[in-house]
Amino acid sequence: MNMTISREDVEYVAALARLELTEPEIQEYTEQLNSILDYAAMLERLDTDDVVPTAHAVPIHNVLREDQVRPSINHAKALRNAPDGDEGFFRVPRISLT
Amino acid sequence: MVVANQFEMVCGLEVHVELQTKTKIFCGCTTEFGGEQNTHVCPVCLGMPGALPVLNREVVNFAIKAGLALDCEIAEFSKFDRKNYFYPDLSKNYQTSQFDLPICGKGGLEIEIDGEKKWIGITRAHMEEDAGKLVHSGETISTSNESSVDYNRAGVPLLEIVSEPDMRSIPEVLAYLEKLVQILEYTEVSDCRLEQGSVRFDVNVSLRPFGTDTLGIRTETKNLNSFSSVRRCMEYEVARQARVLNAGENVVQETRTWDEGQGITLTLRSKEEAHDYRYFPEPDLPPLVIDKEWVERIRKTLPELPAARRARLQTLGLSAYDAAVITQAKAMADFFDEALTYYTDAKTLANWVMGDMTRLLNSNQCSVVDSPISAKQLAELLQLINKGTLSGKIAKSVLEEMYSTSKDASMIVKEKGLAQISDEGALLGIIDGVLAANPQSVEDYRAGKDKAIGFLVGQIMKATKGQANPGLVNQLLKEKLA
Amino acid sequence: MESVSIGKSVSEQHELLVHKDVSSTELTKAYIARIHSVDPDLQAYLTVLEDKALAQAAEIDRKIAHNEVLGALEGIPMALKDNMCTEGIRTSCASKMLESFIPPYNATVTDRLQAAGTILLGKVNMDEFAMGSSTENSYFAKTRNPWDLERVPGGSSGGAAVAVAADEASFSLGSDTGGSIRQPASFCGVVGMKPTYGAVSRLGLIAFASSLDQIGPFTKTVRDNALVLNAIAGYDPLDSTSVAYEKPDYTKFLVNNVKGLRIGIPREYYGEGIDPEVAKGIQAGIQTLIDLGAEVSECSLPHTEYAIPAYYLIATAEASSNLARYDGVRYGYRAEAEDVLGMFKQTRAEGFGPEVKRRIMLGTYALSSGYYDAYYLKAQKVRTLIKRDFDQAFEKFDVLLSPTAPTTAFKFGEKSADPLTMYLSDITTVPINLAGIPAISIPAGFVKGMPIGMQLMGKAFDEGTLYRVAYTFEQNTNHHTLKPSLSGEVLASGSR
Repeated sequence: MNMTISREDVEYVAALARLELTEPEIQEYTEQLNSILDYAAMLERLDTDDVVPTAHAVPIHNVLREDQVRPSINHAKALRNAPDGDEGFFRVPRISLT
Repeated sequence: MVVANQFEMVCGLEVHVELQTKTKIFCGCTTEFGGEQNTHVCPVCLGMPGALPVLNREVVNFAIKAGLALDCEIAEFSKFDRKNYFYPDLSKNYQTSQFDLPICGKGGLEIEIDGEKKWIGITRAHMEEDAGKLVHSGETISTSNESSVDYNRAGVPLLEIVSEPDMRSIPEVLAYLEKLVQILEYTEVSDCRLEQGSVRFDVNVSLRPFGTDTLGIRTETKNLNSFSSVRRCMEYEVARQARVLNAGENVVQETRTWDEGQGITLTLRSKEEAHDYRYFPEPDLPPLVIDKEWVERIRKTLPELPAARRARLQTLGLSAYDAAVITQAKAMADFFDEALTYYTDAKTLANWVMGDMTRLLNSNQCSVVDSPISAKQLAELLQLINKGTLSGKIAKSVLEEMYSTSKDASMIVKEKGLAQISDEGALLGIIDGVLAANPQSVEDYRAGKDKAIGFLVGQIMKATKGQANPGLVNQLLKEKLA
Repeated sequence: MESVSIGKSVSEQHELLVHKDVSSTELTKAYIARIHSVDPDLQAYLTVLEDKALAQAAEIDRKIAHNEVLGALEGIPMALKDNMCTEGIRTSCASKMLESFIPPYNATVTDRLQAAGTILLGKVNMDEFAMGSSTENSYFAKTRNPWDLERVPGGSSGGAAVAVAADEASFSLGSDTGGSIRQPASFCGVVGMKPTYGAVSRLGLIAFASSLDQIGPFTKTVRDNALVLNAIAGYDPLDSTSVAYEKPDYTKFLVNNVKGLRIGIPREYYGEGIDPEVAKGIQAGIQTLIDLGAEVSECSLPHTEYAIPAYYLIATAEASSNLARYDGVRYGYRAEAEDVLGMFKQTRAEGFGPEVKRRIMLGTYALSSGYYDAYYLKAQKVRTLIKRDFDQAFEKFDVLLSPTAPTTAFKFGEKSADPLTMYLSDITTVPINLAGIPAISIPAGFVKGMPIGMQLMGKAFDEGTLYRVAYTFEQNTNHHTLKPSLSGEVLASGSR
């Protein structure tokens, strides 16, 4: 099978996406992403050098709001869903620099 | 800058400036500084599921205004992109920013070092959102077992201004920063309160052998928040890189962080660990199309910028130095200009503004915006001197009284009876008394010792508690002694 | 009375309410009873709001008692797909990640339906984060197809389709990123509309792929569909991609007449993978329209086959970014770990299901350094070509017609083993989302006892013409009057 994406690529992407993958998952995703990307390779057949990319389905521009304060939500609402909310803060474990 | 007579430093800066809008860039939450943690938040800036951004028009207006003040091209078409990286202070784990099509293109500003002018290029400036604030349980991020996040600042609008690597010395860097902050303050797009973190600096530095053209390997030190940190950080980094190069080693391309306490820079992440930000166009925000009319509308709101203002004040008779001091801060220059509409002697006005006014404000740690003495009141005081109602010396004490009471000068003069004695009859009586009491001085004067008259004038001023009109005293005295 | 009234259309129920033949409370109770009776088998609902629904109904009944004018949807019980935010009511996206998430705000559609006086019966099942074509990817339950409990209801809005097909709600809202309204509508034999991108606000719709997602109604009839779209469509200043278009009264297009309408049949939609029986059924539908005076001819949308890879690259890239916020800090599931990096990784590993992780992986890869141009940018350019195909076709045609899905509903597990096979079955629906145009699926007959759907595609913001064709087809056929039989109970087809 043509390997578009290697095991190392999968591990790199998992790290970027902050997903802890198990060994079987790494193998499964390596295989499946390869099959999907091989299929996607058909796009190479199209000459798109002069084609402008479409980022938005509807071509609108300059959607702006006025600089007027709207009420914020209250403390209790903001923190209601926090897995570890305390004294008005969202708490997280130790932050390593890398 | 020549380091060990061997290396030339090359520096470029990224400056993040908070724009002083009322609300955040993508939601209606207030941008007010302070406030209890997580109270200036809503589904949008908390990155709640289903929340959507709507761009604040004023952010675009301010970005255009800053761009014009920095001589930048304003892009007809620009768009927002997502910069993807995970960090707990980033509520969506992506920052909505501008990548390949920023609102402001090439521009720049002129700095002056020891009378020599130099153009520092600006590569671009783009709009983006600020992140929240992390509060650590321990002393520093690395010694804390846990941290807390406050998203009040998340979504505050920022303008990131990227310079060309045009600076060659620390004084050039500082001159650039001072000039940049001054222009931003002038345009009133930012309050530039460094102590509140509303301006932050990333410094890119590399060294190269003197006389070569190729760039050396650079490091980027992030998140400095004062001019003095920038200076100390650069001194450290230049010395560090010189040591590495002199030891025959290579500088490692990396992102570093400044440890203010230790006064050193530390590795944050290497090039290999550099973020793969996966920028892509923000699907939740349609692009911006800025036509000529919009740009011209903003251009009309541009204030007179520091350079133009300095030049104008010089034509009014101020020295280059005085003009620079007055225009250093926009608020001071505005005060000066307002006073000038009531009092036309620019030179005298400048002396008072730079001297006694500034001394009073500084000793009270008061900014000119909050000055208890208005520009009009200062002008009135100076008019009283011109009219002969007040002597310069008395005027100084009246100014102090004005500062503590906010009363008009004329009111104080009236209340305290401080008006100058310009009545000849009254003065002649006092003069006669002084002459009678100081025959020796009278004799000395008549014997040709001109200086003796100074002593006599002093005695007369003393007898009138300084209120005698000094010009008139001189004139009458000379007549008496003739 | 009640058990019969739940089989009726929204407009019929409205008449019953207005004439006080039935009260909103009775209607609501009848739906709740129906849910109790059939949902243990069907599992369409994730949350049922009995007390809230009855309280809302009682309020409407007070209005009726005072002879106040009743809006078209007032007092009508409905369900929302569980990816639309409901303030104070759990909104889970059928994910472990949001198992206990209580939104602090309402989606715009929630607000608009509340303002229209509808009764919210509950939140319905879906593929986790709307990623899937069978609703098998729900963390909570497998929703079954009421026509055959061994088969999937389609997806991702499977619960919303089933709720309407099995009379567990008078209507429902789903969301459609690549066919997630139309395909389950087709599999379950109901009407499902994916409006033009920008017609219905996305505020409060938990994003899968922001540039493709759109909310739309599931209903029993075309008229009902127009009534619901009337209530939910229209500009929303809080959604920057919402379009300030002149919103018509969609019921004005409900005329039984297609004479002279130009209908194009894109040949690429009949390629390999299409069940010949389904194609035959659609052919019969086309003949019906020809007999009614429509001008039908074949046309070509040449870039159709590229739509699948373009769609999956764009949708997953946007999803990888949209789903980054689920990190265990502000809401949702959190796994405990020593440091924040570990917490992020473990939370996301445990909180997301396999399909969601697979798509995050694909999307992250498509955007990553060195691959952006080859995958994401390329896909966006292909998107332009697909849009252009439609623009050219609509120069000649008012409406395009195809099967909604290549097959009828498949069996559980039949396609879930190989993700690519599942993706390929979306060939008839994803080009529409890439182009941003509207499309509707309407019941068009049966193959081996399972419903098939006919898809009508229109010009941007021309939902009206789609309704006109759909309505005419419906008035001249009886596919939509057939009901699945459940628990041995047969709902008479003549209940209307």
